[in-house]
Amino acid sequence: MTALLSLRGVTKRFGGLVAVNRMDFDVTEHQVLGLIGPNGSGKSTTLNLISGAFPVTSGAISLRGQPITHLAAQDIARRGVARTFQLVRLLPSMTVLQNVKAGAVFGHRRHWGHEADAVAEAMLEKVGLAGRGHMMVGQLTYIDTKRVELARVLAGEPGVVLLDEWLAGLNPTELEEGIRLIRGLRDEGRTVILVEHVMDAIRSLCDRCVVMAAGTKIAEGTPGEVLSDAAVIRAYLGDDDDA
Amino acid sequence: MSALSSRDWGNLALCAIALAIAACLPWTAGAYGLSIGVTIAMYTVLATSWALFSGPTHYISLASAAFFGVGTYVTGIGIQYLPYWTLLPIAGVSGAVMAALVGLATLRLSGVYFVIFTLGLAEFVRQIITWSQNISGTKGIYVLTSIGEMHIYWQLLGLAALVWLLGWLIGRSRLGFALRIIGDDEAVARHSGIDTARAKILLFMVPGAVAAITGAMLAPRYVYIEPSLAFSPMLSFQVVIMALLGGTGRLWGPLVGVIPFTFLWEAISVSFPNQTTLLLGVCFLVIVYLLPKGFVGLIDLAARRMRSAEGYV
Repeated sequence: MTALLSLRGVTKRFGGLVAVNRMDFDVTEHQVLGLIGPNGSGKSTTLNLISGAFPVTSGAISLRGQPITHLAAQDIARRGVARTFQLVRLLPSMTVLQNVKAGAVFGHRRHWGHEADAVAEAMLEKVGLAGRGHMMVGQLTYIDTKRVELARVLAGEPGVVLLDEWLAGLNPTELEEGIRLIRGLRDEGRTVILVEHVMDAIRSLCDRCVVMAAGTKIAEGTPGEVLSDAAVIRAYLGDDDDA
Repeated sequence: MSALSSRDWGNLALCAIALAIAACLPWTAGAYGLSIGVTIAMYTVLATSWALFSGPTHYISLASAAFFGVGTYVTGIGIQYLPYWTLLPIAGVSGAVMAALVGLATLRLSGVYFVIFTLGLAEFVRQIITWSQNISGTKGIYVLTSIGEMHIYWQLLGLAALVWLLGWLIGRSRLGFALRIIGDDEAVARHSGIDTARAKILLFMVPGAVAAITGAMLAPRYVYIEPSLAFSPMLSFQVVIMALLGGTGRLWGPLVGVIPFTFLWEAISVSFPNQTTLLLGVCFLVIVYLLPKGFVGLIDLAARRMRSAEGYV
């Protein structure tokens, strides 16, 4: 199967620190890829590189075979790579519907007027916020702010969805609901890259996982394979010598 | 763009009637009243166009004087060679080009650098003109035309109508929506697919062009123009204060700030001619601390309270 999104030798340096070191991986269409690893391993930086938040130091990223390595964030978004943020970022002066409309108007498929409203309404319904479009985002609960952010991303009808610790900070009930939502995306055949720490979510949602430690890929495979990999266990739990 | 609702038509009709009434001022007010009218019209145009860009983006521009000054000099120099009416579009294009260049250089930077740069810009252009006048041996320019105060007033009123119309159209456009998103969170805007630099530059050209046209229209009023008058930093500050006093959340907001401020300024200038700058500073502090969203914010708050009070009945 050909790759929808490919990373080849992608490296990011911040001064002397190598945050991401020669990352290689492919995501094929309709696949949910988990990007996992301990804190500070470079997962979010990798998402930031894919979405164009930071410039890549070296290496190449391509979408449907076309290079997107040096494109600006807005151009990458328009080509169909949309993201959420590690700390939820909404538009505070706007209503829930307007927040979602931002994705519908400026994303991959661009709508305007009533059409954009209809797309935004449909996305709100999809994430379980039907009828709450008129609310200001400041009135929402934490999980609902996450839903709005997800709806905004989906409203642009992106080819690839990047979720940066989207399940973090949810209580057990909300977590179940969150996993169900992402599973819904998977069932629709969306292509998703998931940076996540919640192992249950990784096991039940991901087709494949890429494990990072200290900026480098240390394992790749199905969730079952990587979570039993000795190098991965070492990266998460440390060596016996470390104790 | 969606079609006009009956409420839109109603608002348009109201604006047209208000403009028609305002246009009668030269026949009803005396010379002093008309002079106040010109000042109000001038600051309405400047503050409204300023708010079109700075309102949604929260980028505080202190460049009004730079564009305004360039406009006055377009008339001052051009009137010797070209008919007056051709000078207004020339001034507009000059202001827009200048704003685009400033935008290209600064709008990628964060807000505070933008503020300092725009303040420096007016000073920079003023110094260049002063320097070139020193070289050529002239000190100022006489602008001798048959254009009277009343004609200037009507021109400004027409320009104000155009600015409101433009603002209304922008508010309903993708560009207007993009600017509001940028003002809320620029990173979200970029990752949603908005070319933030392009949107900001495009909209910054509007106050640039409008301030330059205003300067070109006002030049005959001054008769004699020199850099310290045309590029007065006080003008930039007054525009910001008036727009913030009225509130930038609505298209008519700046007008609500311009009218009382103009009268207040007149009173201050007459009673305390040596303390005008001091009192301007006090006004600024009062607005920032007591009216952060201007009169518009107060009106919105009152409307919300009334609605919620009705809800409990």
